[in-house]
Amino acid sequence: MNDDTANNDSAEADVHGHVAVEVTTLDAELIEGPSVATADIAEYAVWLGDDSLVLAQQLGAWISRAPELEEDVALGNVALDLIGHARSLLHYAGTATDRSEDDLAYWRTEPDFRSLHIVEQPNGDFAHTIARQFVVSHYLFELYSRLRASADPTLAAIAAKAVKEVDYHRDHSTQWVLRLAEGTDESRRRMITAMSDLWPYVEEIFRDDPLIDRLEGIAVRPSSLRPAFDSAIAPVLAEAELDIPVGFVASGGGRTGKHSEHLAFLLAEMQVLTRAHPGASW
Amino acid sequence: MTTPGDSAAEIWPLWEVFVRSNRGLSHVHVGSLHAPDETLAVRNARDLYTRRSEGVSVWVVPAAAITTSDPDAKGAFFESPAGKNYRHASYYSKSEGVKHL
Amino acid sequence: MTSTITPDMSVPAAISVEEQQFNDLLEADSRIEPRDWMPEGYRKSLVRQISQHAHSEIIGMQPESNWITRAPSLKRKAILMAKVQDEAGHGLYLYSAAQTLGATRDDMTDALIAGKARYSSIFNYPTPSWADMGSIGWLVDGAAICNQVPLCRASYGPYGRAMVRICKEESFHQRQGFEILLELMQGTDEQRQMAQDSVNRWYWPALMMFGPPDDDSPNSAQSMVWKIKRHSNDELRQRFVNMLVPQAAVLGVTLPDPDLHFNEETQQWDLGVIDWTEFHEVLAGRGPNNAQRLQRRRDAHDEGQWVREAAAAYARKQSARTEEMAAS
Repeated sequence: MNDDTANNDSAEADVHGHVAVEVTTLDAELIEGPSVATADIAEYAVWLGDDSLVLAQQLGAWISRAPELEEDVALGNVALDLIGHARSLLHYAGTATDRSEDDLAYWRTEPDFRSLHIVEQPNGDFAHTIARQFVVSHYLFELYSRLRASADPTLAAIAAKAVKEVDYHRDHSTQWVLRLAEGTDESRRRMITAMSDLWPYVEEIFRDDPLIDRLEGIAVRPSSLRPAFDSAIAPVLAEAELDIPVGFVASGGGRTGKHSEHLAFLLAEMQVLTRAHPGASW
Repeated sequence: MTTPGDSAAEIWPLWEVFVRSNRGLSHVHVGSLHAPDETLAVRNARDLYTRRSEGVSVWVVPAAAITTSDPDAKGAFFESPAGKNYRHASYYSKSEGVKHL
Repeated sequence: MTSTITPDMSVPAAISVEEQQFNDLLEADSRIEPRDWMPEGYRKSLVRQISQHAHSEIIGMQPESNWITRAPSLKRKAILMAKVQDEAGHGLYLYSAAQTLGATRDDMTDALIAGKARYSSIFNYPTPSWADMGSIGWLVDGAAICNQVPLCRASYGPYGRAMVRICKEESFHQRQGFEILLELMQGTDEQRQMAQDSVNRWYWPALMMFGPPDDDSPNSAQSMVWKIKRHSNDELRQRFVNMLVPQAAVLGVTLPDPDLHFNEETQQWDLGVIDWTEFHEVLAGRGPNNAQRLQRRRDAHDEGQWVREAAAAYARKQSARTEEMAAS
């Protein structure tokens, strides 16, 4: 039960309120490349950046409301990873038009956002959040795994960091899918409901918009990720004894600025303060 | 004797967490947490105790599985080493000044 | 009634060997560890203090998480999220320390959501503006650090160790708060107004965080004997104000105390009179947000019940399955 190493170093001085700040080497906060994004690459970076931003915004709302304190910390870590990805991607997208990550996050309106409908779906109960995490992080893992080989060095560098982080998100959501599906009758019922509520939005993820044709070798073709996605989730669903839900397929349209009804509320909340103070810095 | 704080009444059991801060160092006890099973315990430990790159490896142990020496017998239990100074290098003072000893 | 075995009350009762050992450890400035003998009062006092401290971290997440979704830049959003997450972490370190004294998390949580446990009153104040994220970091976390740094040397080992970890992490909290205010004070008129207004609201409650004046602090004396606490409330409050004054000057904010002045004789900043009626009102549950804070904690706990049960049920099924496989 001993931890003597930690005992006395910062306590020794006992200067009130004067906490010795450790000198640490800090990693780069944003992944930045040497290049300026072309219009098409910027558009693609906005796609991916908006997905991460919207999802991080939603997960952020869980903090202080999670089912157990340990899970507050876990969801916080996932949200922070996603915010990091969003910032790097939007920063890079902004190089095309000389805008900052915040210009893009706070000063675009709904039709200019490019997020997928699945990340816009509300948190719901913990099962809904886990179902959304399960789908999205499995997709993101396949995406970033391939994007590491992008001909665009900045995108490749962002993907190289992100893939390790979403690998953990994938594991986190998988663990919870298993526990909720195989836990109690109530948790199983909720998990099944959440999966069927979410599934209509899965197809949009893997749709190829025309932009993809113009970014051969740079972007990852969404449709090409579907087989890997399907085979990654299949064993988890089998172990959890969950069937792939059948039913509606939503028309989607996030990549062209047609969004779910949820996004406007999310943006209104996210942007309210910044927009009340144009030109201010924070 | 088990670790203090473990209670069978809790919905999720208590786990003790040990973190290896760097290669070449031992795992050191850092605290405890609650988790339903070992799979989530080790993940919770990663999330809670290594947010600032404090570790390269994590151990979790059910608090109930730890056996400790009985503190009531403390005097007797740890008395024996006292006086056995010949176990320490500093006991052998005649070799002082001789190199490589 | 007379009896030959009535002890002679004029001689102090001989203390037990264990108690002597306990006293010797305190005397030597050593640490008390979980399985050591300790007086019941010491144990109770620690459980009360550590669990209150843990509850404060957990309730303290709310006034700030309130702004995570509205943070005005992505960098600030990330910082705030990390900070609120740290508070959950600090709550966990502290619950973990209290647990070594035999208190269970479930019991402590139940006491909190039933309104039977105390937490720092400061978190019963609202955060209507973004600048409050600055004031909480600078003033509230600043005051907390003043209180907490000496606790790193608390006589109870697990508490001291938790505090060492917490203090290291808190230094980022105070700095980020200071930076938020600095950024606002260097910004537009509206932003400066926002910052000053927020400092006006948080200054006095932050000073009250050190607890009642020394002549009105019932638990302090015993805690100091036990070396759980090492400095008096007024002493810590004074040190805090002495640090704040030059920091306020850097920020360019005014501290809302017209009587604040430098005392040449003592070389300290003398402060005006603290309105303790407000402190006692908030402590008694009549603060602006007491009900809301508890309700939110209770809701999160109640809504999480099915999740905790599911995971516990899954763990039982898995270990039954493992045993079955081992048996076959």
